[in-house]
Amino acid sequence: MRKNTLVNVLFLAPCVFAFVMIIIIPFFLGLYYSMTDWNGVNPDVAFVGLENFRSLFSAPDFIYSFLATMGYTLINVVLVNVVSFVLSLIVTSRIRFRNFFRAGFFVPYLIGGIVLGYIWQFILNSILVDLGEALSLEFLQSSFLSRSGSVIWAMSAVNTWQYAGYIMLIYIAAIQSIPASLMEAATVDGAGYLTRVFKILIPMMANAFTISLFLTLTTSFKQFDMNFTLTNGGPATRFLDQPVKASQLLAMNIFNTATANRMAEAQAKAVVLFVSLVVVALIQVSINKKKEVEM
Amino acid sequence: MTPSRTSPRTGRSGPAGIPALELITFLLFLLFMFPFALVVLNSAKTSREIIFNAVAWPADWSQLFENVSLIFRNPTVDYLGAFADSTVITALSLVVIILFSSMAAWVLVRNRTAWSTALFMAFVAAMVIPFQVLMYPLVRWMRVMGDFAGIRLLGTVPGIVFAYLGFGAPLSIFVFHGFIKNIPYELEEAATIDGCGRARIFFEIVFPLLKPIIVTVMILNGIWIWNDYLLPLLVLGSNGVVQTIPIAVTAFAGAYLKQWDLILTSTLIAIIPVVLLYLFAQRYIIKGMLEGSIK
Repeated sequence: MRKNTLVNVLFLAPCVFAFVMIIIIPFFLGLYYSMTDWNGVNPDVAFVGLENFRSLFSAPDFIYSFLATMGYTLINVVLVNVVSFVLSLIVTSRIRFRNFFRAGFFVPYLIGGIVLGYIWQFILNSILVDLGEALSLEFLQSSFLSRSGSVIWAMSAVNTWQYAGYIMLIYIAAIQSIPASLMEAATVDGAGYLTRVFKILIPMMANAFTISLFLTLTTSFKQFDMNFTLTNGGPATRFLDQPVKASQLLAMNIFNTATANRMAEAQAKAVVLFVSLVVVALIQVSINKKKEVEM
Repeated sequence: MTPSRTSPRTGRSGPAGIPALELITFLLFLLFMFPFALVVLNSAKTSREIIFNAVAWPADWSQLFENVSLIFRNPTVDYLGAFADSTVITALSLVVIILFSSMAAWVLVRNRTAWSTALFMAFVAAMVIPFQVLMYPLVRWMRVMGDFAGIRLLGTVPGIVFAYLGFGAPLSIFVFHGFIKNIPYELEEAATIDGCGRARIFFEIVFPLLKPIIVTVMILNGIWIWNDYLLPLLVLGSNGVVQTIPIAVTAFAGAYLKQWDLILTSTLIAIIPVVLLYLFAQRYIIKGMLEGSIK
């Protein structure tokens, strides 16, 4: 028996050690640093209580980033899930080349946010603007990335392009686990295609919606890489009579704050990101779970 | 014959609707692929050609090799070095994550005690912690480890691989846990009666059975680690000895601002290995992802 315990401990040790060193300790250090005057230069830090948090909620750039992140998350969750659900319906239908299409839609997910940010910057800033000039279409002649009203939408479109193929696979797995006899029976009973999708398919795959919405919600909330190389926060706009960066989402706001050596303030912002992510995700999961039971 | 009430868009019931759906799907497929086409086309042009007409067919494809060699010869960024480092970091991280996470997950599944449940819950809960909360305290903590314990983690390959084990373990343990739960315990019991030790049971009986789920864990972690930007940036630094591809691409784009011929070629170099790998392993990758997402 003692030998078994030894094996258990040895088997768990590497992961537990890395987990404690990389996640647990930095997490609690992070909570502490958010309540200090840490500036990244001075090795000594002093406890200041909730001072950093108090000033956050009167800083227009932070409030703006917070609201922009919420808006981006909302748009993104809807866009990604609608597109990926429709794609999953298409590639599980009886069309020819469905495996080829399925594989193709997944390709953008292989490309990291950093690289695709540059690619889409080129498309949105050069190709589309050229196209607008060639066809004298006024709405294309200035880049979607240079207008504060459209930049968040452009980012969501790019993210949907990247992420839809991945979420599509989750929906495909769910659709394939539904017995074919169920759909056939409904067809025999005269249920039209949309009726079958809404009355049978969607309720039967409620669990997949819980997972997919959770994944898109959390990744949108933490969006950084694509934001960084596609827009780098721009263009400039005004919010509460202050100049702010129109597409600076929370993660980038944190990054820029830390780059300016305001480490404790960045850490306080990160804690706000963490708490709001947990709250929003808990609400989403509990609503979805309730729906799963009802269905 | 009554006309089908099924929407032609979805074409589930009649073969007549399917060519139309195939065409629409093909157009969608082109929409998903056109950014890659633009990257390839413009990587074979000079800066002047791109400004003149970005969607035109390249006048001379040999320009592609010209651009590639310009990138490999440029003094600011060591692309080949970054490629080698990215490969080593991703491969090593995958090995330690798969080995140690499966070991830990197996112990957690087979020991139904209060502490194993608590430990599993801790791993699961940690998945909602955003990287932004951990990143700056982690760097400071790693520096402390280097200064006082003499363990150099910052700027080294072992350091970042260790960090990837910490960040990758929770999800990987979760995925392995779900899979191992469904492996019948009788297999291991029989081996115990034959006098096989616990460690041998894992490596000789359980681990080979994990093959399908190892593919899933490998893909999920591989795509993430290969494309990851912030962790390498913070742990390795933007101009450290060890570099990764995403850092090299940003360094390059920062140095050659708006020189799209070179930036797009650099993204092409970053994309090609991943896409080639995907083309060869596409069937296993899609299958692995579908299996993993059911869990």
